[in-house]
Amino acid sequence: METFAGFDRPSGPAGVRNYVAVIPVSVAASAVADAIADRAGEQVHSTPHQMGTDPPEQAREQIERTLSGIGTNPNVGAAVVVELGTESTDADAVADAIADAERDVEVLRIRDRGGTSAAVEAGVEAADRLWADIAGLERTEQDASQLIFGVECGGSDATSGIASNPAVGRACDRLVEDGGTASFSETPEFIGAEHILADRCESESLRERLLERVDFRESAAQLMGVDLRGAQPSPGNQEGGLTTIEEKSLGAIVKGGTTAVRGLVDYAESLPVGGGLVLMDTPGYDIESVVGKVAGGAQIVAFTTGRGSTTGNPIAPVIKVTGNPKTAERLASNMDIDVSTILEGESIESAGDRVYDLLLEVASGERTAAELRRLEEFAINELQPNELAQLRENA
Amino acid sequence: MKGEVLGGVGLQMSRDDNVVTAIDDVEAGAVIPYDSGEVGVEEAVPFGHKIALVELAPGDEVHKYGEVIGRATERIEPGQWVHTHNCRSTRGRGDITDGKEEVA
Repeated sequence: METFAGFDRPSGPAGVRNYVAVIPVSVAASAVADAIADRAGEQVHSTPHQMGTDPPEQAREQIERTLSGIGTNPNVGAAVVVELGTESTDADAVADAIADAERDVEVLRIRDRGGTSAAVEAGVEAADRLWADIAGLERTEQDASQLIFGVECGGSDATSGIASNPAVGRACDRLVEDGGTASFSETPEFIGAEHILADRCESESLRERLLERVDFRESAAQLMGVDLRGAQPSPGNQEGGLTTIEEKSLGAIVKGGTTAVRGLVDYAESLPVGGGLVLMDTPGYDIESVVGKVAGGAQIVAFTTGRGSTTGNPIAPVIKVTGNPKTAERLASNMDIDVSTILEGESIESAGDRVYDLLLEVASGERTAAELRRLEEFAINELQPNELAQLRENA
Repeated sequence: MKGEVLGGVGLQMSRDDNVVTAIDDVEAGAVIPYDSGEVGVEEAVPFGHKIALVELAPGDEVHKYGEVIGRATERIEPGQWVHTHNCRSTRGRGDITDGKEEVA
């Protein structure tokens, strides 16, 4: 059984990082959250986003679910929740969810503090206080089965389906074999490959639910009377040799490996520990999609890229994997592992084992290229009108 | 890697695929051994892009990974570049209605 050196939490699986999260509930509190994290110590990370102060009810639920998930991610030891004071998104509900996971949490209201300067001051003090309580925590040996591994692809090209995604898929298979959880998402990028995933679903009800979700995402294009081809594959994907969404999807789904599909959760919904391969229903935007899985509990992410994406995440380390030899060379400082060697004859098993070894090293504290450069992109998926309508219908 | 590199030029991911993926920038005139004969590459094809192994008529399925990735929209000769100019998705087409697709 593989192990890593991680941080015990009072509840839930071990963390691979030990952070104080500063979580704004709206765009109106995001600048203050950023300022707090900038001034507090290096272990204090903010999650700024663009969500408004009074979103529709279903959107608000998704924002609260996402922020609660971020605050209870195993990498978060304590949190400060920041609000302006006018938001319908409930800072106290988010804080309660974090407290329920037995993490220390404080709520900071900018208006109550008498403005942004005083709020930043108070926020830095709170973050320092919370950090002092968790700073002494040391890494101990943890079973790999506690890991929830989020996998993502972005800036895909033809090498994604040939090299980087199969290599990461092999690492997912290794982790699932060791009792852990692997998750990938981006439902629009199941289109044309959904029959393969459907055949691997553990139950008939799961299979039906998966196909319904794919239909919904595909019909979204129909509903708007537009051709999905304008966006899928993207112009960059096309330049990289991907002609159709089917081709992109067939290359994309291999990043989840070859094991049975054991579940399908909503955006930012909790991913099970020891859950095998679990899909998350998300749109096809990399950063939102990574955030959804981190809010679902993923402690660590692998992000494959052919053309070269540099994005990270404030809460979970993001391992950059490329199968494109030109990108491996040109963007060497932003890549963590080069599996373009597969094109030269390295087996997928061997390259995938290197990814799995790196996963355990990063879980144990080795910093990724995105972490070293403090690339910490964060965005929450904003529900579109047709999605809100469907959620209202199902309510 | 999965599949087989034909003549050091193109990767055939699955045995029934009718296209290969260029594993480097390919010049016109390169030769791909295929089906006990050979296919001459007709035009320059960039790294990662696809080359037809067989003749495809408009509407014919294009196969990669042993799966359908789209349909030819015009006649494609063996050795020609296969991409958005002559191959289209059959999915996510909000601009067309079911059963009334025009591929030509």
